[in-house]
Amino acid sequence: MEVEQLEKVASQVRRDIVRMVHGCQSGHPGGSLGCTELLVALYFERMHLKGQDGKPVFDMDGKDEDLFFLSNGHISPVWYSTLARKGYFPVEEMATFRKLDSRLQGHPTTHEHLEGIRIASGSLGQGMSVAIGAALAKKLNGDKGLVYVLMGDGEQQEGQVWEAATFAPHHQVDNLVAFIDLNGQQIDGPTVKVMNNRDLGKKYEAFGWEVISIEEGNDMAAVLKGLYEAKSRLGHGRPIMVLLHTGMGFGVDFMMGSHKWHGVAPNDEQLAAALGQLEETMGDY
Amino acid sequence: MKKYTFTEKKDTRSGFGAGMHVLGQQNPNVVALCADLVGSLKLEPFIKENPDRFIQCGISEANMIGVSAGLTIGGKIPFATTFANFATGRVYDQIRQSVAYSNKNVKICASHAGLTLGEDGATHQILEDLGMMKMLPGMTVINPCDYNQTKAATIAIADYEGPVYLRFGRPVIPVFTDADQKFEIGKAWMVNEGTDVSIFATGHMVWEAIQAGEILEAEGINAEIINIHTIKPLDEEAILKSIEKTGCVVTAEEHNRIGGLGDSVAQVLVKNKLVPQEYVAVNDSFGESGTPTQLMEKYGLTAKHIVEAAKRAIERKK
Ligand SMILES: Cc1ncc(C[n+]2csc(CCOP(=O)(O)OP(=O)(O)O)c2C)c(N)n1
Repeated sequence: MEVEQLEKVASQVRRDIVRMVHGCQSGHPGGSLGCTELLVALYFERMHLKGQDGKPVFDMDGKDEDLFFLSNGHISPVWYSTLARKGYFPVEEMATFRKLDSRLQGHPTTHEHLEGIRIASGSLGQGMSVAIGAALAKKLNGDKGLVYVLMGDGEQQEGQVWEAATFAPHHQVDNLVAFIDLNGQQIDGPTVKVMNNRDLGKKYEAFGWEVISIEEGNDMAAVLKGLYEAKSRLGHGRPIMVLLHTGMGFGVDFMMGSHKWHGVAPNDEQLAAALGQLEETMGDY
Repeated sequence: MKKYTFTEKKDTRSGFGAGMHVLGQQNPNVVALCADLVGSLKLEPFIKENPDRFIQCGISEANMIGVSAGLTIGGKIPFATTFANFATGRVYDQIRQSVAYSNKNVKICASHAGLTLGEDGATHQILEDLGMMKMLPGMTVINPCDYNQTKAATIAIADYEGPVYLRFGRPVIPVFTDADQKFEIGKAWMVNEGTDVSIFATGHMVWEAIQAGEILEAEGINAEIINIHTIKPLDEEAILKSIEKTGCVVTAEEHNRIGGLGDSVAQVLVKNKLVPQEYVAVNDSFGESGTPTQLMEKYGLTAKHIVEAAKRAIERKK
């Protein structure tokens, strides 16, 4: 897809995010809006996915295709919308987000068999280990598919992240691309104030990763370019870490740049204001 | 039967925050720690008045438990706070080795326990925490029933020497216990005396038990209701005295039926006097997203379910 078309998809995904969170008056719009370009670029352009005529098919093992894992499970709205818009499940199902008996649980789960989800997440810090395991399974199977995993920057404070960070270069997991959503925010405030992660790039380099940066993580062309570069560096014995600089709440002016919209739903008025800034390109669910 | 009324509804986590506020003023050794959930734990008043006695840990629960254990070595009384899932399951071995086995005076204070956490869903709704914590030798396990009791319990555990797990929740529920109550660890609270069935309830389920008692009374059944706010050490005397009168038991808890209050009570019955017991608890499953009210209904944790269980228990006496 052309950049312009991908931007149109992203606009619809952003509408879906704010409408889903508004619909149940809970959930996490901030991180979701910030990671929209990444998920759209992956699913609509960069990932090799099984299926025909743009219609994906899902199976748990995901052999011979690329896999994506969301470690910061609280930004489920952006993932659910991307999956639905890609065709994994009906877009109407987004109306059930976080409601009783829904497959779209507050945090992603396999329990309800939602197409596209391969592991539960929500308790932070666990996703990269799982992604590494899936990448190793691909190697053992002689499968050329790649594995992508997204984490939050606050999430980097979890110890398990660094166990995984030590493991992946040691075992030469060079079919893995990890992302950190560097929005500089977490629940209690700016990440530098809550618990300073310092220079994550240098840390990962010291751990043996190949590190690249996408400085404009909300610019579709820049994200596509970064993903291309990440992919081109795989297969040389080292996992790739992409520092994705984003704005929390990007795309809705009053949600941008602060931790306040990490996990708060807009009211009716705020929803209207948000939707006024986001073009409806694929039809609301 | 004694009638319980309320004029306001509040969340038990706010009772914890209020208790911490008092402790901040009264006990210079109390230190609060939190893992990026200050607002959820209602710690702002404590932090405002005692900024130097608050330690922000970031999203690093395992480290928070270890640091808490270390603080006790300097005579501090650390209150380590986060959501119940991340305060227990996430850090079980850290609690086991550095706190329980080492017998450190750490207070693990856990909010958003159980199904009533609501929309976040099963990843956050721990229903196994009482079991995990009560299995640790030396651990005291407390699950108070409303705002006032949570506040009193928070203040009380600072004066008790030894590891404590204090569990509370997110939803607003009736405030029906005394504002100036004294909290006695390990001493069950007689809510209502009765003769036909003993209802032992903990946490959010105590109010449901009171409602159930009223429904049962209207049907001519006289229920004894006891608030077991301390799961461990369990008030065995109160339990045995009650069943001596009633001859059957309902236990009610917002927890998996395996390993919670019900199993603790069953152990007392097996050892001392066998009487029929019915469980009102989650039937060995994970939770899901939904509103707290919807979830309590779907998973069988309302006054209506306690009434049905009481009738079954009474029937089994025959
Ligand atoms: C183990 C664990 N601890 C705490 C939480 C509660 N929590 C959910 S999101 C969040 C902040 C995450 O920050 P970050 O990774 O930067 O994500 P962002 O705020 O940018 O969306 C916290 C503390 C959790 N989900 N899991």
